Amino acid sequence: MEKLTNRSRVVVKKEMTFLESIYLPAIFGGMWITLKHFFKRKTTIQYPEEKRPFSFVYRGLHILKRDEQGRENCTACGLCAVACPAEAITIVAAERKKGEEHLYREEKYASTYEINMLRCIFCGLCEEACPKDAVYLTEELVPSQYNRQDFIFGKDKLVQPLGTSAHPKTYKPYKK
Amino acid sequence: MKITIDGVEAEVEPGTTILNAARGIGGELVPPAMCYYSKLKGSGGKCRTCLVKVTKGSEKDPRPMPKLVASCQTPCQDGMEIQSVSSPEVVEARKGVVEFLLINHPLDCPICDQAGECHLQDLSYEHGKARSRYEEERRTFDMIDIGDKIKLHMNRCILCYRCVMLAEQLTETREHGVLYRGDRSEISTFIEKAIDNEFSGNVIDVCPVGALTDRTFRFKSRVWFVKPLYAHRDCPTCVGKTTIWLHGQEVYRVTARKDKYGEVEEFICNTCRYDKKSPSDWTIEGPAQISRHSVMSATQYKEGIKVEAPKTIGYGNISPR
Repeated sequence: MEKLTNRSRVVVKKEMTFLESIYLPAIFGGMWITLKHFFKRKTTIQYPEEKRPFSFVYRGLHILKRDEQGRENCTACGLCAVACPAEAITIVAAERKKGEEHLYREEKYASTYEINMLRCIFCGLCEEACPKDAVYLTEELVPSQYNRQDFIFGKDKLVQPLGTSAHPKTYKPYKK
Repeated sequence: MKITIDGVEAEVEPGTTILNAARGIGGELVPPAMCYYSKLKGSGGKCRTCLVKVTKGSEKDPRPMPKLVASCQTPCQDGMEIQSVSSPEVVEARKGVVEFLLINHPLDCPICDQAGECHLQDLSYEHGKARSRYEEERRTFDMIDIGDKIKLHMNRCILCYRCVMLAEQLTETREHGVLYRGDRSEISTFIEKAIDNEFSGNVIDVCPVGALTDRTFRFKSRVWFVKPLYAHRDCPTCVGKTTIWLHGQEVYRVTARKDKYGEVEEFICNTCRYDKKSPSDWTIEGPAQISRHSVMSATQYKEGIKVEAPKTIGYGNISPR
């Protein structure tokens, strides 16, 4: 039969030489390679104890920023939700009442802001779309959960806690 | 009468304004209009966004007009030659006008309920510059509730007078107007007197910006998350032909139907607008016509629509309409 490619090789069964037939040179050759690796730099790390630094542009778990006075930046404009290709964001807006000026920066705020972390593809388009500097993707990974329901992150998990003023990229909400 | 706009010849009736003649032709050469409203008598001539250049006055007097003219106020004359988008002078003038209109505008689009269907947003996007040179403080007002259904944000108002004319012409009693003069002028009712006319809700629809908004829809959703459907009902006071904006099975708001220039086709009454908030009140005709360039079509999935990739990527290169 005609060969389809020239990558195939015909197997030849030839007699082994004496050195080959005692196998020891091949065994020691293999051991030598193993021995060399003891003195090489390790390619793996001991993960939970040791962590690799993330790239500065890494996109992980979202946070909703507060401004310097502790007011929520988000004004529920819906641009993140319309930009989201996975349709993971749900927002319900509400009007700020008198006496809530210290909580919300604008007259409208998000009473519900939910991100479905199972839907989210961490593309960062919400961060790009945000006109109010409110949503950021941090370096934090989304923690694993037992239920699907627990992956829907509401404002309780997303909003930056009061009193923290870390840069959004280095902000770690789940670090002990 | 024969006129030429941007090299396109058209036959018009005597007395037609340049703007209406251009709308008859259609396409890119139609000047934008913020204050002119074909259904309101006496509107126009205030915002200056519709400026065009007349290069030939008429057949009898072929001299060009010395300055750019407001096309909504200038009647056509036989043999008139007009430049709209083909004149760099006009394009530059429109940029200037947009900058002026935005001087006191708060640019609070993320909060404003009009965002997505705002004429000023479209205008500044299509004809404006990306930056303003204005450094002084913007004028600010407190929000006013005109009745329990309409909210007036004077900050956003561009003083087009459409709502004043509507109130004057559509209703028997005039209840609001413009107070003060010059840059202090503001739309107001007499001592915040509530407008309680049966057709007063139409001021929301004629407002080109978010100055007059529906309080029953206030902050409920964004226009691009609600689904517009044409619907009608038997209404004793008005024609009953409306656009209803659905969110799931809930009617979030009701507006009049608008044509491609954003003008209301037929005015609707307040009962249709505010009180019929159940889908069972309406006979649904089908999805409303929305330009696919509009943000409102971003969340509407319709079968058989092919989305073309933009020819060029970047701000300001998206073609209007």
